[in-house]
Amino acid sequence: MEMFSSVPEFKVAIDAHRCRLCQRCVENCSFGALEWRENKVKAFDDRCVACQRCVSMCPEDAITLHRTPSVMSTHPVWTENARRDVFTQARTGAVLLASTGNELHERIIFDNLLLDACQVTNPAIDPLREPIELRTHIGKKPRSVEFEAIDDGITLTTELSPALRLDIPIMIAQMSYGALSLEAHEALARAAVMSGTTMGSGEGGLHKKLYQYADHIVVQVASGRFGVHLAYLNAGAAVEIKIGQGAKPGIGGHLPGIKISEEIAETRMIPIGVDAISPAPHHDIYSIEDLALLVNSLKEATRYKKPVFVKIAAVHNVAAISSGVCRAGADAIVVDGFRAGTGATPKVIRDNIGIPIELAIASVDQRLRDEGIRNETSIIASGTIRNSGDVAKAIALGADAVKIGTAALIALGCTVCKRCYTGRCAWGITTQDPKLRSRLDPAEGARRVANLLAAWSIELKEILGAAGINSIESLRGNRDRLRGYELDHTTLEILGVQHAGR
Amino acid sequence: MNERCNGLGGGFAAYGIYPEYRDCYALHMLVKDYEQKEQVAEMLQEHVNIYKDEKIATRTVRGISQDYLPWRFFVDVPKKYATNADNHIIDLTIRINDTSDALVVSNGKNMGVFKAVGYPDQVADFYKLEKYEAYLWLAHGRYPTNTQGSWGGAHPFSILDCSIVHNGEITSYGTNKRFLESYGYKCSNATDSEVVAYLWDLLVRRHKLPIELASEVLAPRFWEQIDRMPAEERRIIEALRITYGSAMVNGPASILVANGSGLSGVAGKSTMVGLTDRIKLRPMVCARKDDYTFMASEESAIKAVCKNPDFVWAPGAGKPAVAMVNGDV
Repeated sequence: MEMFSSVPEFKVAIDAHRCRLCQRCVENCSFGALEWRENKVKAFDDRCVACQRCVSMCPEDAITLHRTPSVMSTHPVWTENARRDVFTQARTGAVLLASTGNELHERIIFDNLLLDACQVTNPAIDPLREPIELRTHIGKKPRSVEFEAIDDGITLTTELSPALRLDIPIMIAQMSYGALSLEAHEALARAAVMSGTTMGSGEGGLHKKLYQYADHIVVQVASGRFGVHLAYLNAGAAVEIKIGQGAKPGIGGHLPGIKISEEIAETRMIPIGVDAISPAPHHDIYSIEDLALLVNSLKEATRYKKPVFVKIAAVHNVAAISSGVCRAGADAIVVDGFRAGTGATPKVIRDNIGIPIELAIASVDQRLRDEGIRNETSIIASGTIRNSGDVAKAIALGADAVKIGTAALIALGCTVCKRCYTGRCAWGITTQDPKLRSRLDPAEGARRVANLLAAWSIELKEILGAAGINSIESLRGNRDRLRGYELDHTTLEILGVQHAGR
Repeated sequence: MNERCNGLGGGFAAYGIYPEYRDCYALHMLVKDYEQKEQVAEMLQEHVNIYKDEKIATRTVRGISQDYLPWRFFVDVPKKYATNADNHIIDLTIRINDTSDALVVSNGKNMGVFKAVGYPDQVADFYKLEKYEAYLWLAHGRYPTNTQGSWGGAHPFSILDCSIVHNGEITSYGTNKRFLESYGYKCSNATDSEVVAYLWDLLVRRHKLPIELASEVLAPRFWEQIDRMPAEERRIIEALRITYGSAMVNGPASILVANGSGLSGVAGKSTMVGLTDRIKLRPMVCARKDDYTFMASEESAIKAVCKNPDFVWAPGAGKPAVAMVNGDV
């Protein structure tokens, strides 16, 4: 049967006058979009993902990428993307896979929140002249501090729970070795050390080479329990139980056997070449009391020296769930919004499940306060943190810290071509191909991610200084310093923020 | 001193003014009229024993409106609430402030707050303050910056025997307010400064922190300094900062806190504490003359009441200056 064959999304244009036929682009294209045929470079547009590798590598700047002008008739409901998806599924009968985050909802509430600054009645603080502090402690905090009088003074009787001390309120999110290359994993770990923060091991265990950075790594325990052993748990700065993630709430994970190399197999503690499947639920957690058991077993296993976090996707009932998670003993709750990224997820799940992180932070923070248990746990927000402004707004809404995933990968060279699930990442980030991996230098990558975090930290200090605040604690939950702009009444009510002009 | 305020709020707290009712809570109230006063009295009778109530003496002063009728009730708490008397009084105050236009401006023992919209000297005249003898006075002239001038928004702010006046603007107000709410306090939103009174109450009365440590919570030293402290001291200061981070008062602040004799700062003694924010964005000056101690955000204020102090000093940023009253008052 003759079928319409959809138009390629991108067009590769090679300037024949400039091209000196060095074939560097052919060498670099990992998606097979450029081939050497009859003594010239031939482009296969339908394979191009616009990853920009060839554009960057061409010594003559001879290559440009273009979005193919649509030849389809337009329709407001049956957009080109909608039609494209139907064609693909009619052809394959399969679930559509996607990478990165939600593409369906373009509106980001952060962009409609405005920060405050001092004018006249109180002085703004210049971060170049006065210290401004970003140090952040993640973990359970006592409700009061108690002392006992001794002969010549007082002594502290309150025992503080183990907390994670961060120099900046920005952590690097959980991304596994397996989804990421070892080089990318190492770059993030080294960046965490350089920046005085942590990175997440993800659910694939920790390569033996990275144990040297483990005091800056939050080790994850997910439903597949890959690479989880006593030394792993005790090596980390904290342990994080992953219940769900924003890009695929309620969905497990699947690392295909083809990616399970010898090293990944060893790290994950599974046979070489066998699919690594993370079930949707933890098979030992079917209710909140089961979570409490796991939290406590992990605390027991780490001799009560490590804070235990629980990560959940921001779903409709996130506030009530968080209250339960807090009462189950979690020292921090990681709330992952519906725009969070991933290496691979069913597109329909990514685009349709969950709620925005801004609303989730606001309702979780308020709920824990209403129940008088806000001090019992920290809130870490992730999923859409694109810049230091987002960091400040998330903290003002009530988060203790944020995590960045996609932003850290972009710092490593990711161009958001959204093909992580193919394993063909041309920038050596989400691939296990030794040739592609060698394109990422962990030292250079670490420096770039550390640069990003340093730049955001300076900007955060500028934001705090402008607001007349010299420590991040005084921004935390300070919704008075936010105003909404063109946000509806219900959104403002949930955010606990006044409209601009009020 | 009128150069430093704009006539939109003036007020005083006086300690030791009701020795004959020293065991009663003195509720200083602003009511609209006699009818409302009767309603409040009715409500009070359900919860406390009223020993005496009377109009707070005033005189007509140009510049002070007749918006409120100041009234005071001397009350004590029925036996069944005796173990929790202070909180009973606080709850009652919140209820009155929430459910009526009447406003309780102070509820401590043997003390009272007198405030209105006007310049401080007008307010003093209005309340006939020359008739009161006190061992500790707080005074404030307001130049409102973040809320409108109002009787309730004038300083001092008071809770039980603790009163504060504040010169500055609290940039951490939202954080402080939400922190206090989780401990059951309710902010009227009349102005940012009131959080200081509640924070002090929480830290000193409820959590029993010594004054030095309560000051450390409001104006903590920097992590860089904490990191260099000897281990045991560092453990204490670090615990305070981690626990009470949301109680830090950020932004310019020159604060005076008075604690009466009924409760206590330290060992039941009445105290006056002067404190600035941790980078001293507002000044604080102290002076001694014989057995008097003066504290103010400007030296000129001290000179206005004491021409030749024995000595004058300025406490360091975030370091409390503490004056204590010896003996019974």
